[in-house]
Amino acid sequence: MSKQKTAKVAETIESREEQSVAARAAVEESGAQPPSSDEPAPHTVENARERMAIIEALIFVSDEPLSAKSIAEVLKCDREVIETAIAQLADEFNARNGGLQLREVAGGWQFATRPEHHEHVRAFLKSRPSAKLSLAALETLAVISYKQPITIPEILDIRGVQSPSSIKTLLEKRLIITRGRKEAVGRPMMYGTSKEFLIQFGLKDLSELPSIEDFQDLAGGM
Amino acid sequence: MEDTKDITIGGVTAPAPIESTATEGGRDARGPSEKQTVAPTINVAGASPEIFPDLDTDDLKIVLGEFEGPLDLLLHLIRQEQVSIYDIPVARISDAYLKYLQLMQELDIAVAGDFLVMAATLIELKTRMLLPRDPFAAAETEETDPRLDLVNQLLEYQKYKAAAQMLWSRATVERAIFKRAELETDKNNPEVVVGVFDLLRVFNEILARHKEEVLLEIEREEISMAEMLERLRNMVMSAGELNLRAFFERARSRRELVLAFLSVLELVRTTEVRLFQEQTFGEIIARVAS
Repeated sequence: MSKQKTAKVAETIESREEQSVAARAAVEESGAQPPSSDEPAPHTVENARERMAIIEALIFVSDEPLSAKSIAEVLKCDREVIETAIAQLADEFNARNGGLQLREVAGGWQFATRPEHHEHVRAFLKSRPSAKLSLAALETLAVISYKQPITIPEILDIRGVQSPSSIKTLLEKRLIITRGRKEAVGRPMMYGTSKEFLIQFGLKDLSELPSIEDFQDLAGGM
Repeated sequence: MEDTKDITIGGVTAPAPIESTATEGGRDARGPSEKQTVAPTINVAGASPEIFPDLDTDDLKIVLGEFEGPLDLLLHLIRQEQVSIYDIPVARISDAYLKYLQLMQELDIAVAGDFLVMAATLIELKTRMLLPRDPFAAAETEETDPRLDLVNQLLEYQKYKAAAQMLWSRATVERAIFKRAELETDKNNPEVVVGVFDLLRVFNEILARHKEEVLLEIEREEISMAEMLERLRNMVMSAGELNLRAFFERARSRRELVLAFLSVLELVRTTEVRLFQEQTFGEIIARVAS
């Protein structure tokens, strides 16, 4: 930004902030109930380009996947409008083929690096690949994700083997959560997958999992 | 058997079952003194176990393949014997299965109960297949194949095994994807629950301030723990909330300060009051628990 432009932007920000301070003072003086949010509502956005730019900014600052619903609440407009804008934004952003991708995960949108660049990113972050799940834990997780909510005896029926340590690992990694008790003898605990599961496996939602019947053909042919 | 087993066999001779199932590589592996350069693989009914001769101790180290359970082992055997899953030759497969269990026992691996249950099921199937059909049974009532349950179970398990592979690939790709690092604002939680360390810090601050003051008069009046508890209770109850810093500052001696601190802990423990902090490192407020 040029010096002049920076000054102009700063002025605009300053005036908005003053307004918000004044608004707060007025509220305090009148002794009225404070509004649900401290800040006065931001100006309404009519321009589609501006809307996309704002959405991009919101997704950037959010620490977890940001849902269209949350964006619609901030921008005070219909969810459909936001969804269209996000779709266009994602198309444009991802067409750039840059270092980042805008992707949908766990019911929200987030910026993330592309897997192709993992070596360099990892070298910079000095991070080691996180511990992998054992095959046993993955099998248990597969059964739970397709059959949830499911009890431990039901998992045993499918896997043919007890999986106490797998269940423990999955709970510790917050990939599965308890989902109440089954109304059966002994009222056994039921388990299901968590939001963390969607995030760690890069899924929009559970419906993105391929149908379990599709694995019939894959597994067959012996 | 959820983990890969590391088995160390003392001496040079491997147990008999390895011999019976070992390929040429396995025979080579029996003598670590034979100076082989390449770690040989033998084909036990496992996902290609490996033998590592340990030159220091004269021991052989065998890493067996990983089986996730009896169904997994059974699937492996069916594939290895190249038979159809829909028409399992029960006698052949159960022989192979039992041989594997025997090997596990020889190698001193605790055989999980689930594996034994499957062995019993296989033997039961084998006997039922040997029995002749009831000659008096009505001809039109087609007897269901006794293997049907097992086949269905295997087919079902196979699907989830494949699904686990799919999850594995997804997780591998996801591990290579990074999100932006945490920003400072992420932690900007307006109501921070106070930890015991925050309490200690406030306590220490007050203590340090007290040290600076040189006290000349000798305190006679001593307050008891019960009185201190009562004082704190009254102060919190009357105002609805109480700044802990203000409360601690009222204490006139080191002992009184300790009692004040203990009484805060006590009232939190009995859940009479709850502690709040409006912002990180801010004032700690005690409120009457609702």
